[in-house]
Amino acid sequence: MTVLAISEHRRGELRDVSFELLTAGREVADALDTDLHVAVIGGDVAEHAEELNHEGVDVIHTVPAGEEFNHGVYTQVIDSLATDLDPRVLLMPNSVNGLDYAPAVANGLSLPLVTDVIGFDASDAVSATREMYASKVETTIEIDADRFCMTIRPNEWAKAEGAGDAEIREHEIEIDESRVRSTVTGFEEVGGGDVDISDADVLVSVGRGIEEEENIELIEELADALGATLSSSRPIVDAGWLPKNRQVGQSGKVVTPDVYLAIGISGAVQHVAGMKGADTIIAINTDPNAPIYDLADYGIVDDLFEVVPELTAQFS
Amino acid sequence: MKILVTVKEVAEAADDFELPDGALDIDERYLEYDLNEWDEYGVEEGVQIAEENEDTEVVSVTIGPERSEETIRMALAKGVDRAIRIWDDALEDVAFLDVEARARILAAVVAEEDPDLVLTGVQANDDGFGATGIALADRIDFEWAAVVNHLDLDVEGGLAHVHRELEGGVEELTDVELPAVLSIQTGINEPRYASLRGIRQAQSKEIVPYELADLDLDADVTDSPLSLTSMYEPETESSATVFEGSPEEEADQLGELLGEMGVVEG
Ligand SMILES: Cc1cc2nc3c(=O)[nH]c(=O)nc-3n(C[C@H](O)[C@H](O)[C@H](O)COP(=O)(O)OP(=O)(O)OC[C@H]3O[C@@H](n4cnc5c(N)ncnc54)[C@H](O)[C@@H]3O)c2cc1C
Repeated sequence: MTVLAISEHRRGELRDVSFELLTAGREVADALDTDLHVAVIGGDVAEHAEELNHEGVDVIHTVPAGEEFNHGVYTQVIDSLATDLDPRVLLMPNSVNGLDYAPAVANGLSLPLVTDVIGFDASDAVSATREMYASKVETTIEIDADRFCMTIRPNEWAKAEGAGDAEIREHEIEIDESRVRSTVTGFEEVGGGDVDISDADVLVSVGRGIEEEENIELIEELADALGATLSSSRPIVDAGWLPKNRQVGQSGKVVTPDVYLAIGISGAVQHVAGMKGADTIIAINTDPNAPIYDLADYGIVDDLFEVVPELTAQFS
Repeated sequence: MKILVTVKEVAEAADDFELPDGALDIDERYLEYDLNEWDEYGVEEGVQIAEENEDTEVVSVTIGPERSEETIRMALAKGVDRAIRIWDDALEDVAFLDVEARARILAAVVAEEDPDLVLTGVQANDDGFGATGIALADRIDFEWAAVVNHLDLDVEGGLAHVHRELEGGVEELTDVELPAVLSIQTGINEPRYASLRGIRQAQSKEIVPYELADLDLDADVTDSPLSLTSMYEPETESSATVFEGSPEEEADQLGELLGEMGVVEG
């Protein structure tokens, strides 16, 4: 009986979530009183195995399988490892690539799947914690199954640190190429351009609370008055109101300014991934329960359309 | 060509919602229903493909109660040709429909409709599982791609050239064999507003109601080893200093703070 965690790498490097998986995996393994196994699929498997050899890991499985992630390969490899090891829990990252293979793995193995997990408990019944309604509530999902799959939310567990002495097992798994029906042809960097919001000391950031394109001006004026740089959450960029290089978050830029002023931004997990490293976070949001207040150092729970002009007036 | 687009009506919780101890869901009176944000982009993508390719039909599929017909009409008004809505007493009774159940129900619709392309949203903004589309793909033996923010369809070549939006401003360029399920990311297109003409036409478009039995499914399709056993408001981790008063007073205090921090001189 094991917990089997699937690590993630891209373009030669393990991603942070791989080390978080080790911590989460150890926690789940302890709760279920089993071992923690980790798999490295593709890439420089030997090097990655060494990097993942942290305290708490019992066995690391390496499977050479091309350089980059391909879900047709991953599903076959995991299927084969799972048949071999019969893991109690298959633990995968709730990353963009995790979302591209975990549901298929679960379906292929006929196992229940709980995604975007932020907590786990087996003291009484086996259960996972996850959020709903845009992070406004948490739910407990009880898992009444001997075997199951979970994907864990990135940035939720600490990265594993201490040195380990895991056993490394090398595998050769034959891939049925006829079942690989997608080809990755390249990568593209997006969000370039003249402004680099990750350089800014002060960011004034606008979200969907602004309602209309013409209202963006209001926030621009504040940014100008403060000598700050304008950034935004995703919906503003999706709507084409600001260019992609202004987007803060998981799929935009990671920023670490001295001051981050979030105006009409709820603080969704993918947004927070890009700004949680700011020194001082200030929120202006009408909803006192908005998740952004979990991070904020200062807040104004009021209508941005009333507060922002007053604020701008002070500095112009 | 036929495109199947999944359309979900999602609930958003009002700012002042209350959740009594022991409740397994937020009471209806605090919920506002709307078309899932991600599905709006899926609908638009399907309609655009139909506009660019002759003889292409766009069919939407929704698992949802009668209430959701209003949302489905919005999709019809934007150019979806016809809609399927699945509901059943057996679905009414489950508090939590897991990914497998949804995929099984949608797979039965795929068997019936035989589409060339299925478009789903990356996730639903109420429960955010983000897994239905890809679970469906594996179940019906379609190829797939998750989190697609650019799509270029080569119908003759049987390929979809897609960009998958990865983390950190990187996109993966991938060729996906058809038939396929693509989970669509926001921003892939600019969803249109329904025209008055579209809204009028939508009134006469068909929303076919299906029960599970119509799809050769038993009520046990909803059986799951997973159950939602509690829902609660997370304890706030907030340690924010909140400025109080009139908007002017609030702005004054914040302005003072920014001044003290040296954000602006003077
Ligand atoms: C794969 C993936 C990647 C993603 N990547 C990113 C990313 O990189 N960056 C990103 O930001 N998001 C990203 N998202 C989207 C994310 O999940 C949220 O949908 C998004 O961050 C919400 O933006 P928002 O806070 O501006 O809007 P909302 O969540 O709609 O919040 C608007 C806020 O404004 C407040 N408000 C409304 N009116 C007023 C008013 N008059 N005065 C004051 N406050 C008001 C409301 O109370 C609310 O809290 C991603 C999602 C996925 C699935």
